Amino acid sequence: MLEIKNIYKTFNEGTINEKKVFEGLSLTLEEGDFVTVIGGNGAGKSTMLNIVAGAYPVDDGEIIIDGVDVTNLPEYKRAKFIGRVFQDPRMGTASDMWVEENMSVADSRGHNRGVRWAIRGKDRERYREQLKLLDLGLEDRLTTKMGLLSGGQRQAITLLMAAMKKPKLLLLDEHTAALDPKTAAKVLEITDKLVKENKLTALMVTHNMRDAIAHGNRIIMMNAGKIVLDIKGEEKQKLTVEALLAKFTEASGAEFTNDRALLS
Amino acid sequence: MDILLNWVETLPGAVGQGLVWGLMAIGLYITFKVLDLADLTVDGSICTGAAVCTMLLTNGVNIYIAMLAALVAGMLAGLVTGLLHTLLGIPAILAGILTQLMLWSVNLIVMDGRANVAISRFEYGDKVLISAGSTEIWTTLAILAGVIAVAIAVLYWFFGTEMGMSLRSTGCNLEMSRAQGINTNFTKVFGLALSNGVVAFAGSLLAQQQGAADINMGRGAIVIGLAAVIVGEALFQKKTTNFAIRLIFVVCGAIIYWFVFQTVIFLGLPSEYLKMLSALVVALFLGVPYMKKYVIKKKKNKKKEA
Repeated sequence: MLEIKNIYKTFNEGTINEKKVFEGLSLTLEEGDFVTVIGGNGAGKSTMLNIVAGAYPVDDGEIIIDGVDVTNLPEYKRAKFIGRVFQDPRMGTASDMWVEENMSVADSRGHNRGVRWAIRGKDRERYREQLKLLDLGLEDRLTTKMGLLSGGQRQAITLLMAAMKKPKLLLLDEHTAALDPKTAAKVLEITDKLVKENKLTALMVTHNMRDAIAHGNRIIMMNAGKIVLDIKGEEKQKLTVEALLAKFTEASGAEFTNDRALLS
Repeated sequence: MDILLNWVETLPGAVGQGLVWGLMAIGLYITFKVLDLADLTVDGSICTGAAVCTMLLTNGVNIYIAMLAALVAGMLAGLVTGLLHTLLGIPAILAGILTQLMLWSVNLIVMDGRANVAISRFEYGDKVLISAGSTEIWTTLAILAGVIAVAIAVLYWFFGTEMGMSLRSTGCNLEMSRAQGINTNFTKVFGLALSNGVVAFAGSLLAQQQGAADINMGRGAIVIGLAAVIVGEALFQKKTTNFAIRLIFVVCGAIIYWFVFQTVIFLGLPSEYLKMLSALVVALFLGVPYMKKYVIKKKKNKKKEA
């Protein structure tokens, strides 16, 4: 479903701030893979997601989604294939627009936006039903400004919007990091549900090792722009945090350093 | 008593001014509030609208066609700003200034190199849509109100469509909009063109109302438009989130602005101070919300210390 082929990416090339993030990164996701991504500070987890989404171009390499080479497509064109949820709950939705308006913007993803009235009666009904599935009481708040909702509510709606058009690929960039533990668990539960129901292929970056082990069918660990561990299937089901840390040290020859991961 | 009557007599004129500038402010609202861009093109494009309309009219073209041409000319001006901003990556505010400067030349060329072209009342009195004369003031006001009603209806409809929605989300959250597949460069260019089209159309009405197109008529237009937007928002703030009603408030803001101005002129303030006053009023309204936050924070900190 997703092929990341031999990616090279350097930021601020030729300056003293030069940072080589990827030197030949490759990763392949099969259809229906739900991959959790974990790694140390500055390992390139978010950068990998941003490169797949097209937020910045690569220096070399190819990105192929469902057989389509998207390497040279701008971000907004790739959106046709990709649903995204960001770390900051404010980033995934428009604060000054209503809940139903936000959902309508997501609903138009992948087709040309014309002068068709955006929200009609049956659209509204559909949005209401989808919101009901979240079980957060949001189905009665279609005309509430997004900015008035809590971080968890916004993240849940962002998820809904990301999954709405059944994207080829769902990219989740630490989307529970800014939430309190209880809300984070709820949002993760919704994530699992949406991925399962829509049979999505997903890539989820997280700093929480337990979450990384508990969710998805495959886990990858990154260090210094490389994938140092890739565990799937039965072996993944049996993983523990301690075993994962030991494997990391063994594979990368370094201690696992991620302040937040160690604290959580 | 006479003074009061004289003052009252100036009010219909103020409403007329307010309506024309209200339409201009509606155009500005699209960039300033919806797209969250400060677009200085309008200082030029309002004059472009006036110049194009006046020149076509005085060359025998039907007024409706002349006004439509003004609208198109304004949209082209917005297009230039939009392309400078999105294709060349020039900050929006600077792109607007560049286009505004270009328009100074364009406007002079359109007006055959003259700084002022009059619409003679004897020659064109029955050809214009609204008259500069004070005798027909009530008809003028009715026509202007009608034009604004149509403009608000069209914009209300447009911003409810999928495309309109994409413009609003672009102004609200760029990252999210791109992630949702919106070509944010396109929406910005489109919004700038739409905005300047409305502004130039207002310019064509302004020329008829003043009985002339003048190369300097756009100077400081953005400040007057902003004053209308800000006064409208401040006075009727939080009453509603309905887009159409917000636009009506903006027009009310423009009318209040001209009320205040007619009054200070009436009270004897020399007219050379007017632009200074406009700018100060806008600075005050823009600054107060910021200062409020700052003062409240300080108070809170003091309480904590105590």
